[in-house]
Amino acid sequence: MASTMIVDIVSAEAQIYQGTAKMLFAPAVMGEVGIMPQHTPLLTKIKPGEVRVITEDDQEEYFYVSGGMLEVLPSGVTVLADTAQRAHDLSEAAAEEAKERAEKALADHKDDVDYAAAEVQLAEAVAQVEAIRKIKKRLGKG
Amino acid sequence: MAVGKEIRNQIKSVKNTQKITRAMEMVAASKMRKAQDRMTASRPYAEKIRNVISHLAHAHPEYQHTYMQARDVKRVGYIIVSSDRGLCGGLNSNLFRSVVRELAQWSKKGIGIDLCTIGTKSTGYFSRLGSKVVANATQLGDAPQIEDLIGSVKVMLDLFESGDIDCLYVVYNKFVNTMTQVPTVDQLVPIEKSDDKELEHHWDYIYEPEAKDVLTELLTRYIESLVYQASVENVACEQAARMVAMKSASDNAGGMIDDLQLAYNKARQAAITQELSEIVSGAAAV
Repeated sequence: MASTMIVDIVSAEAQIYQGTAKMLFAPAVMGEVGIMPQHTPLLTKIKPGEVRVITEDDQEEYFYVSGGMLEVLPSGVTVLADTAQRAHDLSEAAAEEAKERAEKALADHKDDVDYAAAEVQLAEAVAQVEAIRKIKKRLGKG
Repeated sequence: MAVGKEIRNQIKSVKNTQKITRAMEMVAASKMRKAQDRMTASRPYAEKIRNVISHLAHAHPEYQHTYMQARDVKRVGYIIVSSDRGLCGGLNSNLFRSVVRELAQWSKKGIGIDLCTIGTKSTGYFSRLGSKVVANATQLGDAPQIEDLIGSVKVMLDLFESGDIDCLYVVYNKFVNTMTQVPTVDQLVPIEKSDDKELEHHWDYIYEPEAKDVLTELLTRYIESLVYQASVENVACEQAARMVAMKSASDNAGGMIDDLQLAYNKARQAAITQELSEIVSGAAAV
């Protein structure tokens, strides 16, 4: 049985990551999923959050995605990210700022459309901050 | 020397123009390379989605999404991708000419048209023409972002879903190479099914949440990515066309300078000869 699978992380604008991995974690809509090689075919939406890849040589890679789709085949996993960038490119300050802005927009909502948009923005910002915090913690340990 | 003052000024101004066109040529060349990179970078996404969609279509042949069903055409939609700025040769006018030709064919059959314009040039052109522009996006810059396009694409897809339009096309310039850009019309919806026999298999995905939701999201993203690709490709075309246009402008300026220089030299020579003959004949008179 193969112990590795091919992982592709692509967004509309660029290919983010390609490589072989032992395991992949992703924030699916129904809850966080961990995918190992030979997984049964699965197609799911993913929420804003962090995609974690454990590569062949036991390195961990993190990617922030703001939603998208996840396709799992026995031979590999494809993450179709809405916007994915390398997690360490994110600045915590910018994410906090975005969160504040979204919260402010949420506080004085005028109509339902704005409210919905702000809620999405807030969810994204919270997930970003969360991802950065986790990464920082891990880096601190290692 | 007073001779040829006007000519000298003219030479100077042509030289200045040449400097500008040469600079624009070089800027366009480097921007074109970047745009080409973006073009290749966006390809894997569309390919992956296309794979997933054909997997899906084969796993569920009985399930037909609205975006995949062909209907009788009563009204059509066009997304027209143009550049924001001019000075790029005949790029936009070639594109518009081919669009207008298509539109004329539709209206001959009595079929109405809704337009979505991307880029300042097409917005200006088609609103002057009096076409029905239902959505637009401008000022995308050299690196279009997919967020800037989602809104206008959604407008068109909603029209399709509500049955207001029965066919949606995207029009853009296809980048062949630096010298050649071809106005291209691609059909977006209904999506043409691929007849890939290799993909036949007997398994199905587990869907979270439901197959229908997942498929809708996928198809929407697929169409968005196609429009994104069209606009990135159009940027590459714009820069290539501008580079070529500016190169020929610089060459023309060079030719003009040569001509003017010749005229100036002749005038100077004539003035000297005249002055000499005046002196000689003056001396002879004494």
